[in-house]
Amino acid sequence: MSAPSATRSSVPRGPIVNSLKAGQLPRFIELYTVIGSLALSAGILALIGRLNVVGEAVVSAIVYLVVIGAMSSLVENRRKATDRVVRGLVTVAFLLAMVPLVSTLATVVVRGIGEVDWAFISTTTAHVFNPKTLVVSTSTGALQGIVGTLIITGIAALISIPIGILTAIYLVEYAAGGNWLSRTVTFLVDVMTGIPSIVAGLFAFALFSLLFGPKAVSGFSASIALCVLMIPIVVRSSEEMLKLVSLELREASYALGVSKFSTITKIVLPTAIAGLVTGVTLAIARVIGETAPIFIAASFTDNLNTNAFFGAMSSLATMALTGYKFPSTDLQASIGSAWGAALLLIILVVILNLIARIVARVFAPKGFR
Amino acid sequence: MSETPAVVSESRDEVANDQTKKSSTTTHRSGAPLGGSARPVRAKSRPADRIFLGLSTGAAVSIMVILAGVALFLIVQAAPAIAANWATNPGLNVGATAHHNTFWGYVAPLVWGTIFVSAIALILGAPVAIGIALFISHYSPRRLAGVLGYLVDLLAAVPSIVFGLWGVFVIRPFLLPLTVWLNHNLGWIPFFSGQASTTGSTVLAGGIVLAVMILPIITSISREIFLQTPRLNEEAALAMGATKWEMIRLAVFPYARSGVVSATLLGLGRALGETMAFALIVSPSLIFSLKILTDGQNSQTVAANIVLNFPEGTTLQRQALIGTGLILFVISLAVNLVARVIVTRTGPDAKSRKAKKRIEQLPPSDPASVLAIDDVLAGERRAKKDGTARA
Repeated sequence: MSAPSATRSSVPRGPIVNSLKAGQLPRFIELYTVIGSLALSAGILALIGRLNVVGEAVVSAIVYLVVIGAMSSLVENRRKATDRVVRGLVTVAFLLAMVPLVSTLATVVVRGIGEVDWAFISTTTAHVFNPKTLVVSTSTGALQGIVGTLIITGIAALISIPIGILTAIYLVEYAAGGNWLSRTVTFLVDVMTGIPSIVAGLFAFALFSLLFGPKAVSGFSASIALCVLMIPIVVRSSEEMLKLVSLELREASYALGVSKFSTITKIVLPTAIAGLVTGVTLAIARVIGETAPIFIAASFTDNLNTNAFFGAMSSLATMALTGYKFPSTDLQASIGSAWGAALLLIILVVILNLIARIVARVFAPKGFR
Repeated sequence: MSETPAVVSESRDEVANDQTKKSSTTTHRSGAPLGGSARPVRAKSRPADRIFLGLSTGAAVSIMVILAGVALFLIVQAAPAIAANWATNPGLNVGATAHHNTFWGYVAPLVWGTIFVSAIALILGAPVAIGIALFISHYSPRRLAGVLGYLVDLLAAVPSIVFGLWGVFVIRPFLLPLTVWLNHNLGWIPFFSGQASTTGSTVLAGGIVLAVMILPIITSISREIFLQTPRLNEEAALAMGATKWEMIRLAVFPYARSGVVSATLLGLGRALGETMAFALIVSPSLIFSLKILTDGQNSQTVAANIVLNFPEGTTLQRQALIGTGLILFVISLAVNLVARVIVTRTGPDAKSRKAKKRIEQLPPSDPASVLAIDDVLAGERRAKKDGTARA
C-alpha cells in the first residue's frame, strides 16, 4: 500500500522496507488501544475525582476512537483510519445496546427478589384496616395475577394457534404460486404485526361493550385483544418454518400418490414441528407480557377471578402497572408488588424462551432445505 | 404444488396412501403414461382434502375479517364521541376532556406528541440500531454473530411494562444531571428550554426508553438485509482494495438502502404505538410542546393518554379515547404501509427486470418470529451462505 510508486524505475537506496508490513499498525493494536484508553480515562476521572462506571465507559470510548483514528491516520492513511474508527463506532453501538438489557434484568431481579416468596405466589393482594392506628396496610400477593395471566394467555393461544397455523398452511401449501387471496393475506399479516397493542385492547373493549353494554370487562375480552396481536406473529413464524420444508419431500409424497391432506399432516407438519413449536412458544412469550390491551379489556382487580367470561381480571403485567401507577395507600407494598409481578413475568418469559430454544435444539429440523 | 398431483389412478391412490414407504415398487407404474389416453386421470378429491382446504382458506380469510373488524368496531364506538358537542355534553365537559371544544381539538396535541416523541426515539435509536446491525452482520467474529444477534433480539422479549418500571426507577434519576446540564448550557435551543425537571419525568427519559424498545426491530430487519447483500458485490469491492468500510459503503448500503429505510419506518410504527414506557415515565399535559427537559410542559402521546384516562373515564370519554385510538390505528397503519411499499417499489434493482436478487418481502419484523427463526435455523442458513460463497 505504502510502497512508493515513483521508485519503480530507480534502484532503491538505504534499508529496504518490507512492503507487505510497512505502513501498518501492529496486529493487536486495537486491543492495546482499548486497554490504554481504559487506563487513561480511569486516570483522568480519578484526577478530577469523578470515577464511576458510566463516566469511565463514555470517556474511554471517546479516547479510544480519537487515539485509534489519530494513530491510524499518522501511520497508515486516511481511508484505513476511517475504517478503524467505524469499526470502533459499531462496536460501541453494540455495547451500548447491551447496557439496557443487563441493567433492566439486573434491576428487576434485585428489586423483585425480596418480594417473591411462596406467600406472594400463593395469596392474593389483601388490604387490612387497623382501627387502632387508622392505617391501611397491604399484604402483597400475586395469585390473581398469575391465574389471570395463565387464563387470558391460554385462551388467546387456543384461538390464535389454529387460525395462525392454518393460515400459514394456506399461504405455503395451497397458494404457493401466489393468488390474490394469498398476496392480500400476506400483506395484511405484515400490516397486522404493526397494530399498536393498545388499539387491540380498544378493539376488544369496543366489541364487547357493543355486545354486552358499556362496562363489559372480562378476561375473555382481553384474550380476544391478545389474539389480534398473536395471530400475525404465529402466521409469520409458521410461514417461515413451513417454507423451509424441502420441496423434494412434498414431491416424493405426491409421487407416491399421497393426497394433499395426508402430505401436509404426515410429511410437512412433522418435519417442521420443531420450528412451529418454537414459533408458537415465542409468540406466547411475546403476548404474555402485554399490558395495555389487558388493562383496557379486562381492567384490574385485587380479587381472584377464575371466570374468564365475567368480571375484571388482573394479569402480572397489569399488576406491575397498577402497583406503580394506581397504588393503594400502602405505597411501599404496592410498588413492591409491582416489582414482584415484574420479576415473575420476566421469569415466565425466560422459561418460555428457554423452552423454545430447547425445542429448537432437541427436535432439530430434519429435511430442511 | 399448485394442483393436486395428476396422473394417479384411483386404485393406486389408496395403495399409496396405506403404505407410503413400501409402495414405491407398486406405484412407480402409475407414473408412466397411461397408454396414450389424452385425458390425465386426476386423484380423487377426498372429503378430508376438501375440508382441510376449506379450513385453511377460512383461516386466511379470517385475517381479513379481523382487520376489518378492528377498524369497524373502533369506528362504531368512536362515532358518538366524534359527533358530540364537546362544550355542552355533560359526559365530556368534565375531567380530562374539559376545555376542549371538539374531538379534533382534543386529539391534535396528542397526535403531535406521539409523532414528536417517536421522532426523538427514532433519532436516538435508529443510528445505534443500524450500527449494531452492521456490527453483527459484518464486523463481529463469525462464530459469535449468532449469539450477539440473539442478545439484541432478547431486548425485544422484555415486556414493555418492565422497561417502563426500569425507566421510572433507573433512567429518570440517571438522566437528572444531564437534564440540568443541558438546560443550563444549551437552554437557548427550544428543545432544552424551560424549567428543568427535578423529578426526571421528562420527554427525554421517555424517548430514551422508547429508543431502547425499537432497537431490536430495526436491528433485526437491517441485519437480515445486510446479510442478503450479494456476496460477489462485496468481494468485488474488497478485491479492488477497498477497506471494509468502503466495501460497506459501495456494496452493502446501496443494496440495503430501501430495506433499512423500511426497517426504520417499522421502528417508527412500533414507537408510535408503545404505551407503557411513556405512560409510566412522563408527567404529561395536553399541549403542543417542543420542550423535552421539563416536568409540566411535556407533550403527551395518544397511547399513554388512553391508558391513563381510561379507568376513570365516563362512557363518552371512553368513546373519545377509542376515537384517539382509531387515529393512532390509522397513523400506524399508514406508516406500516409505506414501509412495506418502499421496499418493493424502490428496492435494489427494482427497475431492471433482469435483476436476479432483490428484496421481495421484508424479514419478519415481530420479535417472536425473529427469535424463532434465529433459534431454528439462522446458524445453519448463515453457514450455508458462507459455504456457497466460498465454493
